[in-house]
Amino acid sequence: MRPTARPSSARAPASLREPRIQPMKPSAMNKRKLKESSAESAENISQVQKILRERFCHHCAAGKLFGMEQQYRHLLELLKRTTVHGESNSALIIGPRGSGKTALLNHVLKDLREMKQVRENLLEVHLNGLLQTNDKVALKEITRQLQLENVVGDKVFGSFAENLAFLLEALRKGDRTSSCPILFVLDEFDLFVHHKNQTLLYNLFDISQSAQTPVTVIGLTCRQDILELLEKRVKSRFSHRQIYLTNSFDFKQYIKIFKKQLSLPDEFPDESFAQKWNNNVQHLSEDKTVQAVLQNLFHHTKDLRSLHLLLMLAGSAVTVHHPLLTAADLQEASRHHSTDSKANIVHGLSVLEICLIIAMKHLNEVYDGEPFNFQMVYNEFQKFIQRKAHSMYNFEKPVVMKAFEHLLQLELVQPLERPSVRAQREYLLMKLLLDSSQIMEALQVYPNCPTDVKQWAASSLSWL
Amino acid sequence: MYAERIDKPFCVSSHLSFFFFCFVLNNNRKVFVCFSFSLGIMNTRQQSKLIYSWYGKPLNSDRKLRTSQYTGILITSESTKTEACIQLGDFILVEGVNADQPYVAQLMDLYEDGAQHKRAVVQWFCRLEEIPQNKRKLLKREISAQEVFFDQVLGYDTDIAAETIIKSIMVLPLHLGEELPIITLNREQTFYVRQSWDGKCFKVLSPDTFSKLKEANKKRGVITNSSKAFIPSDILTPVKRETGSVVRSATKSKNPDMEIESKHSTSKSSLAKERHSQRVANNDIKTPTARKKLELNSPTRSKSRLLGCEVLGLLDDDCDSIAPLEPSATKRKVKFPSEILGSPPKIPCSNDKSKSTIETAEERQRFSETMQFSPYTKVKDFSEKDKNLHEKDDILSLVGYQKPSSQIPVLTPRSRRTCAQKTSALIAEQISMLDQEDFQSGSDSSYSSNSEEEEDDDMPCTPEKKPKSSRIFSTPKSSRKSAVHTPAKTPKKTPLQGTPRTPRTPRTPRNATPEIPRRIQAAQEPASVLEEARLRLHVSAIPESLPCREEEFQDIYNFVESKLIDGTGGCMYISGVPGTGKTATVHEVIRCLQQAAENEELPPFQFVEINGMKLTDPHQAYVQILEFLTGQKVTATHAAVLLAKLFSTPGPKRKTTVLIVDELDLLWTRKQNVMYNLFDWPTQKHSKLIILAIANTMDLPERIMMNRVASRLGLTRMSFQPYTYKQLQQIVSSRLKGVKAFEEDAVQLVSRKVAALSGDARRCLDICRRATEICEFARQKRTPEIVRMAHVTEAIDEMFSSPYVNAIRNASLHEQIFLKAILAEFRRAGIEEATVQQIYHHYVALCRVEGLQSPTVSEIMAICSRLGACRLLLVEASNKYLHMRVRLNLSQDDVMYALREE
Repeated sequence: MRPTARPSSARAPASLREPRIQPMKPSAMNKRKLKESSAESAENISQVQKILRERFCHHCAAGKLFGMEQQYRHLLELLKRTTVHGESNSALIIGPRGSGKTALLNHVLKDLREMKQVRENLLEVHLNGLLQTNDKVALKEITRQLQLENVVGDKVFGSFAENLAFLLEALRKGDRTSSCPILFVLDEFDLFVHHKNQTLLYNLFDISQSAQTPVTVIGLTCRQDILELLEKRVKSRFSHRQIYLTNSFDFKQYIKIFKKQLSLPDEFPDESFAQKWNNNVQHLSEDKTVQAVLQNLFHHTKDLRSLHLLLMLAGSAVTVHHPLLTAADLQEASRHHSTDSKANIVHGLSVLEICLIIAMKHLNEVYDGEPFNFQMVYNEFQKFIQRKAHSMYNFEKPVVMKAFEHLLQLELVQPLERPSVRAQREYLLMKLLLDSSQIMEALQVYPNCPTDVKQWAASSLSWL
Repeated sequence: MYAERIDKPFCVSSHLSFFFFCFVLNNNRKVFVCFSFSLGIMNTRQQSKLIYSWYGKPLNSDRKLRTSQYTGILITSESTKTEACIQLGDFILVEGVNADQPYVAQLMDLYEDGAQHKRAVVQWFCRLEEIPQNKRKLLKREISAQEVFFDQVLGYDTDIAAETIIKSIMVLPLHLGEELPIITLNREQTFYVRQSWDGKCFKVLSPDTFSKLKEANKKRGVITNSSKAFIPSDILTPVKRETGSVVRSATKSKNPDMEIESKHSTSKSSLAKERHSQRVANNDIKTPTARKKLELNSPTRSKSRLLGCEVLGLLDDDCDSIAPLEPSATKRKVKFPSEILGSPPKIPCSNDKSKSTIETAEERQRFSETMQFSPYTKVKDFSEKDKNLHEKDDILSLVGYQKPSSQIPVLTPRSRRTCAQKTSALIAEQISMLDQEDFQSGSDSSYSSNSEEEEDDDMPCTPEKKPKSSRIFSTPKSSRKSAVHTPAKTPKKTPLQGTPRTPRTPRTPRNATPEIPRRIQAAQEPASVLEEARLRLHVSAIPESLPCREEEFQDIYNFVESKLIDGTGGCMYISGVPGTGKTATVHEVIRCLQQAAENEELPPFQFVEINGMKLTDPHQAYVQILEFLTGQKVTATHAAVLLAKLFSTPGPKRKTTVLIVDELDLLWTRKQNVMYNLFDWPTQKHSKLIILAIANTMDLPERIMMNRVASRLGLTRMSFQPYTYKQLQQIVSSRLKGVKAFEEDAVQLVSRKVAALSGDARRCLDICRRATEICEFARQKRTPEIVRMAHVTEAIDEMFSSPYVNAIRNASLHEQIFLKAILAEFRRAGIEEATVQQIYHHYVALCRVEGLQSPTVSEIMAICSRLGACRLLLVEASNKYLHMRVRLNLSQDDVMYALREE
C-alpha cells in the first residue's frame, strides 16, 4: 500500500495532474501546500473513480446481489445437482432488462466453481442469441467451446448436417454417471426461438430429458411471453422451470442500494478519506433533495442500471477541489439524465427553422395530426410573414426549403413514404415528430426569440 | 470380381476414377468413399449390359406351372463378349444389400417361370458378418474372412432371380480341426466351410452335406475343365502372347483380372507382411473393411489394363514372368499361380509351395502368435527372419512352378524382357508407370487401412503405441531394402513409397469417436428418499414398463410382428400431442421385438430411427437411413438413389427393416418427395420395410400431404390420447414404487392439474420433481421428508402462474401510470391500439392528478421500450417516435386487475 503522505516532487504523475488543477484555483499564496495536499487527494480521487467506474460499468460478479436470494439459491441448487449428481435440467431466467439476470448467473457460477465437489467437473458453453444468429453458427460455437473440434482433426469442419449428427452422437454416447456434465447458457434466449424449426432448442431440451450426457440448459431472456414462443414439442421438453427476477424492492431498499453502491470498500488505501467519503454518502442518503432525486428516478424505473448511470454522471463531477459528492451534483446528473433529447435539438435551431416548426404545429392543430407537405408549411409561414411579422425577413422559397431539409435531417420531421425520384420535394407528405408541449417548452428557453414569433406560437389564430 | 462385367464404354470412366483415386489417396483416406461411390454407379450401369441366357436345352418342363428347368446359365457381357457359364451345383456369389459383400450360395436349381423370368434356387452360405454379433462368440475361434457357414436358417428366401448371380466361386468343405488350406490364388473367390449355422448355434457339417459339397466341387472341376468358357488355358496364353494376337476370349478378360487380384493381394502382403507379423495379440487377419476396399481396387485396375490394349497386358505379364527369379519381388511371382488357377479345382494343400505370400504371411502370423507375444521387442530380427523366409519361399515357389509351366523360359527371363522393352519401350514405360500406381495405390490402401486398424487395436494399450508407430515408419524402408534386388523397377517406386504415407494416420470424422470428456469426480448417488424420488421422476429415467399404454403397445406390436412374420412391408401413422408417450411406446415395442428376435421367436430385423427435428434438412433423412443400413456415407441425392434401389430390388437374404420416423411433419418439403419416397418403399414388393411414422397432429395426412402421399401412408393409424388424471397418477406412482416420498393426495393434485391443462406426462413428472426440491428446501426447517400438498401447490403455481401480473405489480410507478394511460386512451378511442402521442396526453393528465412531475417525452419513450422489451406491450419500430403504435400484449382486464390490487 502506498504511504499516505509523500513529497509530491518525487512523483511523476503529480506533475501530470498539475495543469488540470491549476486553472481551477489559481491562488498563488499557498501554492506549495496546496500542491502537496492536492497530489495526495488526487491519488485518492483517482482511486475512488476507478472503483466506482468498475462497479458501474463492469457488471462483474463481485458486486452484491440485491433482493434475489431465493432465486440465487434455486439456481445454485439446480446447478449443483447437475454437477454433483449428473441430473439434467433446463431452466429459464426471466426478468426485465437490467434486473440482474446475467449478474445472478455469474454470481452462481463463481460460487459454484469455488465448491470442492464441483471444481473442474463442469463444462460450460456460453451462447448469445445476438452472436449465434443461426443454428449452424451455434453448433460450431458449441463444438469449439466443448473442444471437440480436435477430434475432427485436420478436416475442415463438415456440413451443417454432419456437424449436428456429430454433436448429437457425442452427447448421446455419454451417460449420467460417467460423462462430464455440460452447462449451456443461452443469453438472449428469445432470439434462439426464431431459428429454423428451433432445431437447436429441441435437441438441447431433448438431451436434457433423456438418458444421455447430463446437460443443463439455462436461458436468459427479458421476454415474459417466452413460453408462448416455443414450439409445442420444444415446450413439452422444456422442464418449465422459470426463475423470475423482478425488481421487487421498495424505496427504502433502494436508498440502501444507493448507499452500498457509492460506499468505498474497507480495503481502500487511505482510510481517513474512505471514512470521510462514506460519512458523506450516509449524509447524502438522508438529504431531502437527494431523496427527491432518487425518488424521481425510482418512480421512473427500478432497474439498477439507470441508477448506476446516474451515479456515474454524478461521480464524474468529483475532482480534487470537489472531493466529495454533493446533492447538487446528483441533481445536475438527474437533470442530464432526464432531459428531452428532441427538445434539446430545438434549442440549437435558427429562428427560421423555429418558425417552420411553429407553422407545422399550427397545421397539426388545424388538420388534427394529418400529414402535411412543404408547400403547406411554406404557405403557413408566408401568412405569418405577411400579416404579423415585423421582425422577420421574408426569405426566398429555396432558403426556406433548405431550412426544411435541415429539419428533415435532424429527424424532427419524418417523411411518410420514401422520397422517390418522381415525386416533387415540395409535395412529399411529412409528419412532425414533436409534441406541441415540447415545442412550447423549447421556446421558453430559446435565447433571443422574437416576441412576435412567441406570440404566433402561443396562438395560431392571433394573426387574424 | 467385377472384371467379367466390365464393358468397354465404362472403362474410360473407371480408368479416370482410378487415377483420381491414386492421386488423392496419399493425402486423405476419405477418398475411399468417393471411390466406392463411383464404383457403385458403374456397377449399376454395368448390370444392364449383362445378358443372362440359359445354357443348353431345358431339362424338363412342367406344363402346368409352365416352368422349365435348366442345367446352367450363361452370363454374357454384351460389349466385351465374355461369357461365363454357371452350372447346377456351382458355388456362386449373389448380389447383396452391400455391393462390396455379395452373398455366397450354391446353385441348386435353375428354372424359368411362367412369366419368363429366370429364377434360381440356392443353398445359402452365410458370412461371419451376417451372423448377429452376440452369436459370434459361440464360435469360440477366430474366423478368417474366407470362411463361410452352411446356412440352415429357415426363413431366408432361397428362390432368387437369376440376374442377381454375379459369378461362380469355390467353396471347399473342411473338417473342423483341419487347417485352412493354403490357397494360392484368387483368394477372393475361394471360401471354406467348416460348420453350419442354423440361426441358433453352429454345428459341424454332417457327413452327408460334407460329401455333397465335396462332390459339387469335384464336379465343378470336371465341368470347368471341359467347358471351353472356363478353360483358363495358361498353357495357351504365353503362346498367344508371343504371337501378340489380340484375340479376345473369355479367358483373356478373366486372366488379367485374376492375376491382378492376386498380385494385388500379394503386394499388400509384401508390404503388410511385417505388419501382419507384428500384429500379435489379435489374430486379426480378417479385416473386413480393408478387404472390401482392396477388392474395390481390383476392377478398376483390370479395366485400365483392358483399356490399354492387349500389348500392355502382354508386356506386363512379361515383366511379371521375370519376377520370380528375383527373390524379393514377391508381388510378381504370383502371376503364375494366377494363370494356373482356373484349371485346378482342387487347391493344393500345404505341401504345395506355390502359395501366395499373403497366405504365408498369415501362417507366419499364426506362428508368431504362438511364438512370441511382444513383437516390438524382437521386431528387428523377426523381420529379418521374415525376409529370409520370404526368399526361401520364393525359391521354393520357383521350383514348384517350373513343372507346370515348362514352356515359359523361366531361366532366361532377362532376355525376354529386354526384347519386349525394345519392341515397345514407350508403352512399357507407360505400363510400368501404371503398374507402379497400381502397386502404389494397392499398397497404400492396405497400408493406411492396416495402420488404422492397428491404431484401433492398440487403443487400449497406449504405452505400446509409440514403439509400434515407429515400426510403421520402418516398413517402407524394409520394402526398399528388398527392392534393391529388382533394380529395373523399384528405384522409381521407392521414393514414392517412402515419402507420402508414413507420417500420417489421418482420422476422418467418420471414424472419429466424438466423446464428451469424462467427469473427474464420481457422480454422487442419491442419498435421501427425496433424491431417490427425484432421480426416478426424471423424464430420462426409463421405467421397466410403460403403464397406461398397454393397448397402444399391443396394437403396434401386433402390427409390426405380423409384418415381420409375413416378410412384407407397411406403414403405420401414430399421432398424439407431445408428452403422451408415443416415442417411448414405439421404442418399447422395438425393444420387445428385438428381444423376441433374439429368442428366435421372430425373424431378425434391422431397426433404424430418424427424427425430423434432428435433421437439418428433410433430404438428410436419406443419408441417415442409408448410413444406418449399410454404413455408407454419401450425399442426399445419391443416398435416395441407393435406397430406392435397395428397397425395390429383391434382396434375397435381406432382413426386414423397421424404420421409425419421428416428427414426421418436419420432413415436409414443397414437392413432398421425401415423404412420398418413404411411404412408397413399403408398398413395393420386395422392400421388407415397416415404417412407423410419428407426429403430433391427427389429421396430418389430410392437412399437409398430397393425395398420393397420404394414400401411400395408408389408413393404419393410431392416436395417443392425452393421459387422464388417473393414468398420470398411475405413471407417477409406478415410478415411485417402493419410495415413500409423496402424499397420495399430492400426486392426485398434480395429475388432475396436468390432465386438465395438457395431459403431458413430462409436465407431470417435472412438477413432481420440482415439488421434491421445494420440499427439500423447506425440510431444513425440520419438517418431515414427504412431499405434501403445499409443496405441490407451490410447484404448480411456479410453473403455471402467468408472469404478467407479477411483472406489472413490480413495475415502477411511471410504468404503471403509462399502462393506465394506455387503458384510458383505449377506452376513449374504442380501439385497442394507440400512438405514443395520444397516450402521452393522457399520461400528463394522470401525472397531474397524482401530483407527480410529468416526465419528458424521452422518458416516456424509455418506459415504452422497456415495457415493449418485456412484451407487456407490443410496439412498432422505435424510429417512428411519437407516432409509434402501441398495443397491449395481455387483456385489459388483466392489467386492471394487476393495477387495482395496489
